[in-house]
Amino acid sequence: MARRNAPEVNAGSMADIAFLLLIFFLVTTTIETDSGISRKLPPIDDTEQEDVVLKERNIFEVLVDDAGNILVEDKLMDVKDLRQAAIEFLDNGGGKGDQACDYCQGARNPDSSDNPVKAVISLQNNRQTKYKNYITVQNELVAAYNVLRNKASNRLFKVDFTAMEKAYNDPEYPKDKKDKLEERINIIKEMYPQKLSEAEPKR
Amino acid sequence: MSKFKKKSDGGIPAISTASLPDIVFMLLFFFMVVTVMRDTSLKVQNVLPAADQTEKLDKKDLVMYIYAGKPSERYQQQYGTESRIQLNDKYASVSDIQQFIFEERQSKREELVPYLTTALKVDKETNMGLVSDIKQELRKAEALKINYTTRQGSSLQNYE
Repeated sequence: MARRNAPEVNAGSMADIAFLLLIFFLVTTTIETDSGISRKLPPIDDTEQEDVVLKERNIFEVLVDDAGNILVEDKLMDVKDLRQAAIEFLDNGGGKGDQACDYCQGARNPDSSDNPVKAVISLQNNRQTKYKNYITVQNELVAAYNVLRNKASNRLFKVDFTAMEKAYNDPEYPKDKKDKLEERINIIKEMYPQKLSEAEPKR
Repeated sequence: MSKFKKKSDGGIPAISTASLPDIVFMLLFFFMVVTVMRDTSLKVQNVLPAADQTEKLDKKDLVMYIYAGKPSERYQQQYGTESRIQLNDKYASVSDIQQFIFEERQSKREELVPYLTTALKVDKETNMGLVSDIKQELRKAEALKINYTTRQGSSLQNYE
């Protein structure tokens, strides 16, 4: 008895099915990645700590209040001026003797910070402060550090600090060059350490 | 009678579409591979503030997300308009954060745990009190690497 040939399946609609799936995945795909301001929280330390005495002139106090007003050293300041004010404070270099700062380009005002290593920015907020205002201030302060670091990095290595950091975090970047990059990044970080302290909200 | 008959020139032969499914499948596989499905549905309003000094969060599998903001409109009947925290798919309270972090750590390979980052996706109208509470809980859980997720843009527009 002759075997009956199985009838051939029509593959004409295969393309349609595949298209349907394709469109589904096209719609659900999200390729974009999130970005944001990275910060490191201070660890909780239970041991009694000696209070480190900081000189008043080495602290740059920023308070963001409920309405989003920015008070720098108890004086009202516009957001637009904050970045410049922070730069002037950090890069002041008013210290003398072993506190002196040979790479600072600021006004060397004796009433402002001694050197960028000593300078601390203290950021305070209330419990009712809006998150968007807080982020704006954070962003401006981080920007101030980045401006100074870029400047120093351009002077020493003829390249932006942010570009170096980006290359360092890029996994594609050749490993053998990373050591040199890390060294350079650390030099800049030592010149302008990010000392941004966030206090617990007072009210 | 010649063996090689001349083809009757009856117009252009039809283009074969037999390889069309193959091409489409190729595209399909590409999109299947790059697709990341949203695994959480947002229950809070989540308009992020803008900032321009940002870093990218590349490795999505090493990020833990904490959402905060007012409940979405359809939940406001039930939960009011007070800002809330969302972990995974449900509303949570501040005290749930530590547990959440520990669970996330458990689900990751041990050598990757130190690289975990917590992304705070907080609505821009949220009060800082809630954010401070979250931060305090994260410190207790020793999840110190955080990232305030933002939109790309000039931060001054937050003040408008």
